[in-house]
Amino acid sequence: MSMTDLLYARAQMGLSLAFHIVFAAAGVALPVLMVLSDWKARRTGDADYVKLSHKLAKGTAILFAVGAVSGTVLSFELGLLWPDFMGQYGEVIGLPFSLEGVAFFTEAIFLGIYLYGRERVSPGLHLFSGIMVAVSGAASAFFVTLVNVFMNDPSGFVATPDGPTQVQPLVAMFSPGWPYQTAHVLLSCYQASAFAMAGIHAFVLLRHPGAAFHRKALSVALPLACVTALLQPLVGDLSAKHVAKAQPVKLAAMESHFETERGAPLRLGGVTVPKALSILAFGDPDAEVRGLNEFPRDTWPPVAKVHAAFQVMVATGSAMALLSLLTLLYRWRKKAWPAGRKMMWAWLISGPMGLVALEAGWLVTEWGRQPWIVRGFMRTADAVTPVPHLAAPFWTFTLVYLFLGIVVVALLKRQVAGTLPDRDEGPVTGRGVKGDDAHVH
Amino acid sequence: MSTEAMLGFVMAGAFVLYALFGGADFGGGVWDLFASGPRKAEQRTLIARAMGPVWEVNHVWLIVGMVLMFAGFPRAFAALSVALHVPLTLLMLGIVFRGAAFTFRAYDSRGYAAERQWGLVFSIASVVAPLLLGMCVGAVASGDIRVEGRVVVSGFFASWLSPFAWAVGVLALTLFAFLAAVYLTHEAHTEGLREDFRRRALGAGVAVFLAALAVLLLARGGAPRVWEGLLRSPFALVLHGATAVAAVTAFALLWTRRFQWARLAAAFQAGLIVLGWAASQYPYLVVPDITLSGAASSTSTQRVLLVAVVIGALTVVPSIALLFRVFRPRPEGTSTPGPHA
Repeated sequence: MSMTDLLYARAQMGLSLAFHIVFAAAGVALPVLMVLSDWKARRTGDADYVKLSHKLAKGTAILFAVGAVSGTVLSFELGLLWPDFMGQYGEVIGLPFSLEGVAFFTEAIFLGIYLYGRERVSPGLHLFSGIMVAVSGAASAFFVTLVNVFMNDPSGFVATPDGPTQVQPLVAMFSPGWPYQTAHVLLSCYQASAFAMAGIHAFVLLRHPGAAFHRKALSVALPLACVTALLQPLVGDLSAKHVAKAQPVKLAAMESHFETERGAPLRLGGVTVPKALSILAFGDPDAEVRGLNEFPRDTWPPVAKVHAAFQVMVATGSAMALLSLLTLLYRWRKKAWPAGRKMMWAWLISGPMGLVALEAGWLVTEWGRQPWIVRGFMRTADAVTPVPHLAAPFWTFTLVYLFLGIVVVALLKRQVAGTLPDRDEGPVTGRGVKGDDAHVH
Repeated sequence: MSTEAMLGFVMAGAFVLYALFGGADFGGGVWDLFASGPRKAEQRTLIARAMGPVWEVNHVWLIVGMVLMFAGFPRAFAALSVALHVPLTLLMLGIVFRGAAFTFRAYDSRGYAAERQWGLVFSIASVVAPLLLGMCVGAVASGDIRVEGRVVVSGFFASWLSPFAWAVGVLALTLFAFLAAVYLTHEAHTEGLREDFRRRALGAGVAVFLAALAVLLLARGGAPRVWEGLLRSPFALVLHGATAVAAVTAFALLWTRRFQWARLAAAFQAGLIVLGWAASQYPYLVVPDITLSGAASSTSTQRVLLVAVVIGALTVVPSIALLFRVFRPRPEGTSTPGPHA
């Protein structure tokens, strides 16, 4: 095994996850938005909400399908790229993977009923199917995050040179810190999707102010966006406090904190806030924060990358929280969601921030765990496949993902284009609106 | 029964269901590629309609089988991931393009030309994927994958490129095409379409027979363990006898146009072929170096996996029953309303 093959394997895994995570997040959150607008449509009989729920259903269908195939690729890649990891620890983390499989199964079944069954099942069963899609999507993300929790903070087995023994699957499934990381991840899925949706409709509203359909769409996205963006810093703080205790070397890398000190300051960009890191990490201004110098050099994560990714996550997260606070204040004072150009620009700019924060946060976790694949027990370099020429699959999948990404963006763009006021302002009447059938045969 | 035998049985069950449902899906793609005659477009529409609501569900069986393998038999999963790295990577590409193209075709609103382009990607991937899947199965059964300790010593190509593996690939492809054609006779709403798929089903049935014969003949030299397993144990013989009966019955029912029953017989036939493969290589997971018990994870893991299987069954089975009930073929005369979201 050459070093370059290890890098290609890591790059392929990273790329596949970075790609999949976008669709997975949408698969968790869009069903909630879809059901919300469906429910509003039922309650108000408003044609725009009907149209919105149809559009969201189509968006969900496209994103879910790409998420499903890229997720299938990932389950193969776990073995194809890291056979020794799966060969030794497959049994320890098999339980959350199996339950994730059950959740994914349920999601696919009810999505089929929801998408194709609108005219075949009762309205109640239809709405129920949508709720089941949303619930099982969340369950699926929850279980798969537990696997990552285990890789960061393994438990539930006794290590021997021949691999783990005395496996306790339930202990391994709920490794320490699980409530923080799962909550952080689930929130980020809702937040990223709600911000993306708000950004898209803000963009249209800047060009077509007052377009009723898009005002309503925004009013569905904004509550979820605001609530999640305000909760996320609190959950993130709890998560960081756990990392400070359980993975001090990761915290040191996140903060680029080289020397152990008491009353450690926080360095953000060029600004230094005295004692802030000690407060944030341990809730005590004089707490000792261990620096990288305390750990053997060959167990350091890539400090610059982890630190940069962490800064990006915190910066985008703070910006989103601030905007949400402003938006909620506006809503409270004016009894309406904001519609002014400045606020629309702000929502447009923050549209991609949820995804940026999600990817950055995931990089913090993954880079921060290096050089381990199972922290403290198995190094990434020892898990990689002996198969040579890993550059070939890496470049192949890079091109495939690029292609799929472009197609998905084009398809979604056409979905949004179908709602522009100058092209189509008529109400939805049955199957009357052009391009509004889910499946064009 | 030991936990590993139970898990092995459940895993075989997942692969049987993948063959019956996912396999029919692949077969649908094959008939999309070979759509012909005056009702070419209607054939494709029928395939897309029959698959639309269920294709994602049909493919979860593969994930179930895989998860059971790496959780229940991690050492086998690791060895296969190395030995079959190349065909599994290609299979992944097939699965990605197939699923993506099927969905893009449904949601690409640029008209017929775009629809046909996606249809072509979908159908070519549908032919390539089962071929590769069968070649992997052939490699596993052949005894050409050799493992010493945790290291695969037989290289990355020879095992799955043998004539025996190719023959199993062709068998998988023809079997899936056969299943799809038989299922579609029952899904079809018009006499013409039904006859189209009846002809295809009969042709594919003959092809399945020829491919199975080739696999059997090549097994003697190419997969001695399977050859022995096929003929040795009385249990295997009963299975093969039942497969033959199901095959002849399916053919006769097709011939006499009893499509609903033909569908059941064809499903039995395909399921028994997969079970027959599993039985003929038992107790090996990867012939001849990895057995079920040799690759099994700890008893504690196997127990919770069996519990997870029960939880899964309690959740999934009623849901699937609901799905198939909602989208069951409508009685003659009523046309299916277009899927509408």
